[in-house]
Amino acid sequence: MKSDANDQIMSSQVPSDLKFAKSHEWLRLTGDTGTVGITDHAQHELTDVVFVELPAVGRKVKAGEACAVVESVKTASDIYAPVSGEVIEVNKAVSDNPGLVNSEPYGSGWFFKLKLSAPAEANNLLGSGDYAKQIGQ
Amino acid sequence: MLKRTPLFAAHQRAGGKLIEFGGWEMPVHYSSIVDEHLAVRRAGGLFDISHMGEVSISGPNALAFLNQLLTNDAAKLAVGQGQYTLMCNERGGVIDDLYAYRIGPQEYLLVINASRIDADLGWMERQLAAWPKRSEVQLKNLSDTLGAVALQGPRVRPILDQVLREPIVGGTRAAKASDLKKNELAVTSFGGEILYVGCTGYTGEDGFELISPANRIEEIWDKLLAAGHPQCLQPAGLGARDTLRTEMCYPLYGHELDENTTPIEAGVGFFVALEKGDFNGREVLAEQKANGTRKRCVAFKMAEKSAPPRPQYGIWSGGVNAAKIGEVVSGTQSPSLNLGIGLGYVPVEFSRAGTSIEIEIRGRRYPAVVVKKPIYSKA
Repeated sequence: MKSDANDQIMSSQVPSDLKFAKSHEWLRLTGDTGTVGITDHAQHELTDVVFVELPAVGRKVKAGEACAVVESVKTASDIYAPVSGEVIEVNKAVSDNPGLVNSEPYGSGWFFKLKLSAPAEANNLLGSGDYAKQIGQ
Repeated sequence: MLKRTPLFAAHQRAGGKLIEFGGWEMPVHYSSIVDEHLAVRRAGGLFDISHMGEVSISGPNALAFLNQLLTNDAAKLAVGQGQYTLMCNERGGVIDDLYAYRIGPQEYLLVINASRIDADLGWMERQLAAWPKRSEVQLKNLSDTLGAVALQGPRVRPILDQVLREPIVGGTRAAKASDLKKNELAVTSFGGEILYVGCTGYTGEDGFELISPANRIEEIWDKLLAAGHPQCLQPAGLGARDTLRTEMCYPLYGHELDENTTPIEAGVGFFVALEKGDFNGREVLAEQKANGTRKRCVAFKMAEKSAPPRPQYGIWSGGVNAAKIGEVVSGTQSPSLNLGIGLGYVPVEFSRAGTSIEIEIRGRRYPAVVVKKPIYSKA
């Protein structure tokens, strides 16, 4: 998603065990499986998430491809796959209760899981320190 | 360079998220749109509306000029009363929608949309230049010298009296500002400067709009927030202002209204007073009131879970021969109803409450239903 960082008031959480895309998605790697969500900073910018549209299970996505949509009262934002792979699971709980994106962005507010087709791509993502710098922390 | 209101520093202190709106740098929210929206419905919210324009029209011929310029009948205003009204071109298209207050026997204050200040003044000055009794009408743009706030919500009345301590010296001579009824305006003072307080708003809740010289607005804002703390008054941004007015189906210029759309099509024909005699656009508006219009602005609710409708999304007829019949002009997730809602223009045959329609969201169509206005009303 698109976001600007210049007016950040409260400091956002940036967990050190995750990888981050510049477009504010996070990736949690377990072997060749990656879980994707949006960052605390991103949910804070969006506020009031009211709808999440998830990709179909089985869809093959490329790194940087728009594959989900998150809607707040304010606006609709695309979610980009941080790495390439096949969607193997989507979070039904977050479609039923989109507010989870605001309350637990790194936990039950996750979006989908990918089976990575090019695991080396994860090295192109930001570590927590660089992402924190990007959002002005 | 974006324009800033006299409350810019106050918004920064309050943690407001600032965005561009009609050339102004304004807070879209402080906490969140939903939080502020619900605060206004349940307790109170304070909005910066200093970006809005104010125009004074005065003189022995001011009333006649206004009644040519505006659709509602300004002759019905006693001193200290205001009315919603529209300014139309000769085709009945809306140049702006506004509030007209009679603040003295021969003096009126018009409160106009921020995005329309230049267009309105250009139009008004041209109209005045062609007006036979122009020497008996004075037109003054006060937009840069005045600021304004809107205090809105079911618990705001007592807050007002704690902050406004000076006697009422003009307009409706109420004992105190909180005695004002809907559409009444009182003239008082604050910090040695004039202050207008009108009982009106754009949220569907009880409330007031306070207008005073720009150099007093920040103190008024701070004092209202401090006095309103026990009532849970909180600052509210343009985001909540938009969701609140959308639930009430109040038009917003540039969405429901523009120069090619008439008040009759927009569903605000109640504010077009044909009986008062000639005025700009009367011929077209009289014909439309008598014979109806081809398109109408309707309110709708989504019929099932979907992404929120947004401006420019397509409106489709339902059923087997579904066709695109119109476009959404305002749409959001209603914080009060927790449901997608919106307003849009459709052919009149689709405008009856209960009509099934479909809203196209990212290439897929979702069922919706035309509903009576307002979309939200208090239980």
